[in-house]
Amino acid sequence: MTAQTQTEPVRQHQESSIRRFRNWWNSLPRPQQWVGVLPIVVLIYLLPVLNPPGLTTEPNVNFPISMYHAAVLVLVAIGLNVVVGQAGLLDLGYVGFYAIGAYVAALFTSKDSMLHKLPYLATLPLAMVVTMFFGLILGTPTLRLRGDYLAIVTLGFGEIVRLLATIIPALRGTVGFSGIGHPPGTQADGQPIFSVSNGTPWYWLAVTIIIVILLFVGNLERSRVGRAWVAIREDEDAAQMMGVPTFTFKLWAFAIGAAIGGLSGALFAGQNGFQNNQDFGVNFSVLYLCAVILGGSGNKVGVMIGAFIVSYIPDRFNFLGSQKYLVFGVALIVLMIFRPQGLLGARQRLLARGRTAYLRLVGKPEQLSSDSALTPEKGGGA
Amino acid sequence: MSEDTEVPPVEGGIVAEVAHMTEQQLAEHEAKVAEAVAPDRRIGVAIGQTLLEVSDVTLRFGGLVALDSVSFGIKRGEILGLIGPNGAGKTTCFNVMTGVYRPTSGQVLLEGNPLGRRQRYQITKLGLARTFQNIRLFGEMTALENVVVGVDARHKTSVPGALIRSPRHFREEREVVERASALLEFVGIADRAADKARNLPYGYQRRLEIARALATEPKLLCLDEPAAGFNPAEKAELMELIRKIRDDGYTVLLIEHDMRLVMGVTDRIVVLEFGKKIADGMPAEIRENPAVIAAYLGVPDDGVA
Repeated sequence: MTAQTQTEPVRQHQESSIRRFRNWWNSLPRPQQWVGVLPIVVLIYLLPVLNPPGLTTEPNVNFPISMYHAAVLVLVAIGLNVVVGQAGLLDLGYVGFYAIGAYVAALFTSKDSMLHKLPYLATLPLAMVVTMFFGLILGTPTLRLRGDYLAIVTLGFGEIVRLLATIIPALRGTVGFSGIGHPPGTQADGQPIFSVSNGTPWYWLAVTIIIVILLFVGNLERSRVGRAWVAIREDEDAAQMMGVPTFTFKLWAFAIGAAIGGLSGALFAGQNGFQNNQDFGVNFSVLYLCAVILGGSGNKVGVMIGAFIVSYIPDRFNFLGSQKYLVFGVALIVLMIFRPQGLLGARQRLLARGRTAYLRLVGKPEQLSSDSALTPEKGGGA
Repeated sequence: MSEDTEVPPVEGGIVAEVAHMTEQQLAEHEAKVAEAVAPDRRIGVAIGQTLLEVSDVTLRFGGLVALDSVSFGIKRGEILGLIGPNGAGKTTCFNVMTGVYRPTSGQVLLEGNPLGRRQRYQITKLGLARTFQNIRLFGEMTALENVVVGVDARHKTSVPGALIRSPRHFREEREVVERASALLEFVGIADRAADKARNLPYGYQRRLEIARALATEPKLLCLDEPAAGFNPAEKAELMELIRKIRDDGYTVLLIEHDMRLVMGVTDRIVVLEFGKKIADGMPAEIRENPAVIAAYLGVPDDGVA
């Protein structure tokens, strides 16, 4: 809060132009907004093909694959945003769900696994179902906890998943699974379209999945469910007194977040082609949380931008060797000083028919007051 | 409102619209708002019958007796005042009724059903809603969204329905917006419907809390010091609003410190002191009651009992 007041003049100057754009954008009717978004979507799809000179990460990192990794992290951030940004449940073990999703894809498609083989695309929904189930297992006993206490338990969950992957023989520890499946289709020369070395088709698949998930998550946000989540985030006791079955909705948030995390894990395993017990450390959970906080917890567009930055910057500055993390760290610190609420502040539309109502009541279609930081601490304990 | 077409924006919104209405249009509009606020009027059915009964409730925190076998009833359609000096147990009594605390012994009955070990949100569904002494709105949500959360208490759409946007979801979305808009108009803060709750002025926040509680369609509305921090003019407006709520078919329980407001608006008053009920009666009786006077003003050392 103090950092915010200190930087007040700077912020107001920055926000005035942003706000003017936002006001103009919000005053447009829905169909025009869709048309406005379309070129951006097309541009996003074309990104790995265009390989723009200033933006490219080559020659050090393959640009389409870098973009694919960014897209997977964007998906992770969308899922984590449901849990952390909307329902306000601090989850430090999110990588656990990601790992479970990756292992589902590996177990059912790899030649190293004894299980029945499934087509790769079938493992994506399967990964969602399985991780959702694990989300319920973790959530049912722990969601009575709040704030920091919940964070510690989820941290433990992430570690348990990582350790189980090491201990259980069937999960093959560091040896791992190779030859994980991929979507069908071959090129003219007999090579599969979705190969390990070619990131572009994977990227297109990921972006398509992101769009579908965004539509679903948006549907939830503009409904009784989204309102319940935000009410719980703002004041859990008051929400309960206003008739919100808080436990049920927290569990739903957890399960949905878990499912999206599992889906991203399965996507990642597919392109990677190989999966072992590395890459699931607690630092990844923190990185995911970083993406969400950096972009703006509670803002879908914000967390997507945040995830892109978190994934892209280390790749872009790869030529600096291990110092790329220095650039990354400095960027994070600078951002948090000037935008403690994240790149975009928390912002949600919680009414499917809000435009009509606001137009009638106040003569404008949207809530236009400025955004600000979420109060990060809600006080733990029951 | 029921049409799917968007209403053309009116400069100044509903407030400007109402200002331009003829007297007859205004009366019709107000009737429509009142209808939407209280769609299920129970007042005609059984006025005067006991709605909620606090029966011999004792609450102990360790050695501290916060409530000592307190009993009183609230009748349908009345405004009951719950008063007492600081620390008398008024808010604690509230908290027992709304399920925040479970009584050590005794029980609370709503329409004859004991509230027992029900969850708080279930008690809300049974028909008990409250506001908070220290305002507890959902700060990052708009005023309209805050009220909609209350309306949602009576709705059923959950994740599957919302994911696929079921017909029920659409019906409920239309309903919540209509009812919440009417409630904002009813308490008189519709002009700030699109503002985040934490950006609203203090008086608006208090009214928004009342609107949010009313949104859950309570049989009994409990107001915990709704006039705290109000100036006399605002208090007069609040009294007006509380009467309007009662006239619209709700039963009201009011905790308040301001004697003039309590005496002016309530039908009956219960007085607590040190967790015990010391008086129960009409405002005029309470004013004359020596025990109440002693509780508020103290007893001289050589004083009477």
